[in-house]
Amino acid sequence: MKRIPLEYAILVVAVAATAAVALPARAQTTAKAAETTAEKLARGKYLVTTSGCHDCHTPWIVGPKGPEPDMSRMLSGHPESATLPPAPAPQGPWIVSASATNTAWSGPWGVSFTANLTPDAETGLGKWTQRNFTETIRTGRHMGRGRQILPPMPIPMYKNFTDADLEAIFSFLQSIPAVTNRVPEPLPPSMPVAAK
Amino acid sequence: MKTLVLFCSALIAAVSGVQAAPAAPPLTRLLSDTGLFAPGTTTTLAAGVVPFSPQYPLWSDGTRKRRWIALPPGTAIDAARVDAWEFPVGTRLWKEFGYGHRIETRMIERLPDGSWRFATYVWNAQGTVATLAPEEGAMVEVADAPDGRYAVPSRNDCVACHEGGAVPVLGFSALQLSPDRDPLAPHADTARREMTDLRSLAARGWLRNLPQEFLASPPRIQGASATARAALGYLHGNCGHCHNAAGALTGVELVLAQQADANARSAEQTIASLLGHSSRFRPNGTASAQRVATGHDGDSVLTLRMKSTNPLARMPPLGVQVIDQEGVALIERWISTDLQTQAH
Repeated sequence: MKRIPLEYAILVVAVAATAAVALPARAQTTAKAAETTAEKLARGKYLVTTSGCHDCHTPWIVGPKGPEPDMSRMLSGHPESATLPPAPAPQGPWIVSASATNTAWSGPWGVSFTANLTPDAETGLGKWTQRNFTETIRTGRHMGRGRQILPPMPIPMYKNFTDADLEAIFSFLQSIPAVTNRVPEPLPPSMPVAAK
Repeated sequence: MKTLVLFCSALIAAVSGVQAAPAAPPLTRLLSDTGLFAPGTTTTLAAGVVPFSPQYPLWSDGTRKRRWIALPPGTAIDAARVDAWEFPVGTRLWKEFGYGHRIETRMIERLPDGSWRFATYVWNAQGTVATLAPEEGAMVEVADAPDGRYAVPSRNDCVACHEGGAVPVLGFSALQLSPDRDPLAPHADTARREMTDLRSLAARGWLRNLPQEFLASPPRIQGASATARAALGYLHGNCGHCHNAAGALTGVELVLAQQADANARSAEQTIASLLGHSSRFRPNGTASAQRVATGHDGDSVLTLRMKSTNPLARMPPLGVQVIDQEGVALIERWISTDLQTQAH
């Protein structure tokens, strides 16, 4: 019977022992990551649901039980197909108007249309990064560096979300069905011409 | 013995890894305490403070601007990455804005932990004392400003422009300081001896690892014509800090920044990102729009947004209320000549 050299035997045992430890560890890591992702999505869904995102970013329709969010267009923003007449002029203390879909708002800031938050690449947040989303909420500027985000978006409250909350919200928004819906640009209030 | 060496190495690495950078002192209340001026004055520069002027300046409603930089003694900028200079800790840059008289002076500074901080100091009516502005910015009454009001930026506004690219320092780069200055660049200062440029920086010993080729043949935008060179430079100076290929807005896929490194072919990249692309921004009432519409004067979103007086649509979105007519004319001329030819 041929004898196995001692060094070779030690090597085989070491490899086997390492594999015995490492492979289950890798499986555990994968399982942990999946669990973490699922937890993050659940947390994001919870925050989106309880923070009123559907109130303005999901168009409302009148159903059998009265006005309700149209979840077939979940978080897709102001419908591009909607044709709106000019907003009514403010009267007395009534300075804000909203469309029946709850997605177009008129006030002293002009007219704002709620954004498409679905992951559609051309009309939604499909090409946004976590950084773009976080900086938008933190600064109140589009993608953190563009035009101002207008009322009624509650930036003064939302900017206090933790980074982890904003990551959870963005992860959830990236996981929902993409809806192609190009929201119009906001309309400014009447303003003087600044060029000179 | 080998085990002991490994253990010691690991211990040293662990210890060095947890050593925190020393905390930066708080911002000074007065600009005169930031190191810009010689002690006791607000007009004479401190020793070691160097003026500079980028060849493609940012339009800021026609304000007159002056700029300075100071490095800690014995330090230098690592220019190995010619388009992403690495500034030493302690670097400070200042930029003064005014309409004949000083209104504000902004400062950015590199801190011991490698981050940058931003501050703005507002001058009193006599122009003798500049005081730190609030973090949320301020509105100042200035007779020469549009509508008589001048907006001092918030720290968030500073970050919005300065942290949108590869390096937070804007206007002080190999391309902007090239001695081969563009004679058609709008609003550029005339080069003066006291203004530092790429060669004088190198001679001063403030640049290390800059490839020699950039001193022998200074950076120059590779435009197809003099108009194209100036137009690309204008977009670089006014738009490229956000619209570039390396920063926060890469998802927008609009590259308006130019590189000193000709191998980057940034001029071609810019033109490719403008021609043949529909715009995500659609002017109200239009079903489609092109970033650049050659052959249709006035229909390019690029210039529509430059010319807009609507604060929700105009570009740049910060620091501009007055349309830069000279800049718009340059870009429209470029579209109707060079780009018109290239599109067909």
